[in-house]
Amino acid sequence: MKKLSKLYTALIIFFMYMPIIVLVIFSFNDGKTTVWKGFTLKWYADLFRDSQIMSALWNTLLVAVLASAIATVIGTMAAIGINNFSGKKRLLLQNMSNISILSPDVVTGVSLMLMFTIAGVAFHFQMGFWTVLLAHITFCTPFVVLSVLPRIRHMDYSLYEAALDLGCNQWQAFRKVVVHELMPGIFTGFLMSFTYSLDDFVITYFTRGASFQTLSIQIYTMTHQRISPKINALSALMFVVIIVLMVIINVKDRKAEKRMGE
Amino acid sequence: MRLRRPSIPYIIWMVVFTLVPIVLILFYALTDRSGSFSVEAFTKAVGYSDVFLRSIWIAFISTLICLVIAYPMGYIMSRQKRSVQNFLTMIIMIPMWMNFLLRIYAWVTLLQNRGPIDTMLSIFGIHTQLIGNQGAVILGMVYEYLPFMILPLYTVMSKIDTRLIEAAGDLGANKFGVMRKVVFPLSIPGIISGITMVFVPTASTFLVAQYLGGTNDIMIGDVIDKIFWSDHNTGSAIALILMVAILIFLVILNFFGDEEAIAA
Repeated sequence: MKKLSKLYTALIIFFMYMPIIVLVIFSFNDGKTTVWKGFTLKWYADLFRDSQIMSALWNTLLVAVLASAIATVIGTMAAIGINNFSGKKRLLLQNMSNISILSPDVVTGVSLMLMFTIAGVAFHFQMGFWTVLLAHITFCTPFVVLSVLPRIRHMDYSLYEAALDLGCNQWQAFRKVVVHELMPGIFTGFLMSFTYSLDDFVITYFTRGASFQTLSIQIYTMTHQRISPKINALSALMFVVIIVLMVIINVKDRKAEKRMGE
Repeated sequence: MRLRRPSIPYIIWMVVFTLVPIVLILFYALTDRSGSFSVEAFTKAVGYSDVFLRSIWIAFISTLICLVIAYPMGYIMSRQKRSVQNFLTMIIMIPMWMNFLLRIYAWVTLLQNRGPIDTMLSIFGIHTQLIGNQGAVILGMVYEYLPFMILPLYTVMSKIDTRLIEAAGDLGANKFGVMRKVVFPLSIPGIISGITMVFVPTASTFLVAQYLGGTNDIMIGDVIDKIFWSDHNTGSAIALILMVAILIFLVILNFFGDEEAIAA
C-alpha cells in the first residue's frame, strides 16, 4: 500500500473504532463519570447480577433463533416458488420483497403495531413475545428470499432429474440435491436474518407491548437514563463476542477457500 | 420441480404482515378518531413540514459526507491483495455488528460536556458545546452508516479490472482522467446502492437526534415515535408521507442510475 492510502485507511479505522474503544476503557473505570478514578471490574459483576439484562439477553437470542429459522424455511420455499413464476407475476413478487426491505423501519414498526393492536382487541391478546416474533419473521424473510434466488437461477435442474432417475423419491431428491445446491444462499440468508433480528431496535420497540424486553430495548432504557456504566461493560462484552465470531467465520472461510484451491 | 406452491406461505405472510398493515396506515391516515373520512390527519402532518425538510437536509448532508469519505476508502480497498481485502472488509464490518444504540451512546460519552474530547479541547483553551446541535447529529449519522457506503462501493470497485486502469494510463490519461473516465463510470452502481443504504435509514431514523441533537434538531422519525402512541391518525399520515417520499426518491435514483449506466 502506498503511504497516503495507508494513512487514509488508518484514519477511517481510527474513526470507526475510537468511540467503541473509549467505551471499553470506561467500562473499567471506578467512577460514574468520564473522569478516570481507577481500575475496577464491578460494572461487569453488576451486569451479570442484573436479572433483567440476563432475561432480556435470553429473549433476544430466543427471538433471533426462532425468527431466523422460520424465515429461512419460508424464504427458501418462497424463492423456489418465485423462480417458477414468470413475467409480471414474478416481478411483482420480487418487488414485494424489495419494498419490504427498503421501507423504513419506523413505518414497518408502526404499521405492524396498528395491526397487532386491532387484532389484539378482536382476538383478546396483548402484544409481547409472539407479536415480536411475528414482526421479526416478517422483516427477516425477504432477506432469505433475496439471498437464495440468485442461487436457484444458477442451479442445474437436470441434477434433480438425475437424482429421481437414480432412485430417489421427490423428497430425497429435494433434500440431497436442491437443498445441497442452495445451501450457501440459505446460510447467508439465515445469517443475515439472525444478525438483523439481534440488532433490531425500532420494530421491536413498536411491537413488544408493555413488558417484553429484548437487549436492544434494555439498552434503550439504560442509555436514556444515562447513568449506569453497566452499559459500557455490556458494550465491551458485545464487542469482544463480535470480534471472536468474526475471526472464527473468517478462519473458516479461509480454510474452505484453501480446500477449494486444492 | 416446476412448482409454484412452495411460495404460497410467503405470499400469505406478506399479504397479512406487510400489505394489511400498510392498508391500515392508509386507512388511519384518511380518517379521524371516530373512523369517518377526513383529511385532518394530513393537515396536521403538514404542520410538521419543517421537521420533514430538516430530516431530508440532515439525511442529504450525511449521505454526501459518507460518499466523500467512503469513495477513496472503497477504491483503496479494491486495489489490495485478496487477503488484505478480506481483512479490511472484516474490519469495516465489525462496528456494524455493534448494537446501533451503543454506537450512538459511545458518541454521547465522547462529546458530552467534560467528556474526553471536551477535556482535551479545554487544555488548548477551546470551549465549545460539542453535543446538542445539528453537527453532532450529522456526525452520529455518518458514524452509524459509513460502513453501508464503503461496502457497496468496495464490492463494485473490486470488480473493475486493473488492466483497464493500466490501459487508460498507458493511453495517456493522467490519474484524474483515469478516475473520471474509468473508475467513476464503472462505480456508479455502487454509488447508487450506497446512497440507498445510507439515505433511507438516515432520513427515517429516530433516537440519533434525540441523543446527540438539541430540542430543535428532532427528526421525522422522532415525531412519529412521539405522536403515534397517542394519535394514530396523524402518526399514520406522517408515516405514509415518509414512505411515499422515500419510494419516489428510490425510483428517481434508480432511473438516474440506469441512464448513467447506459451513457457510460
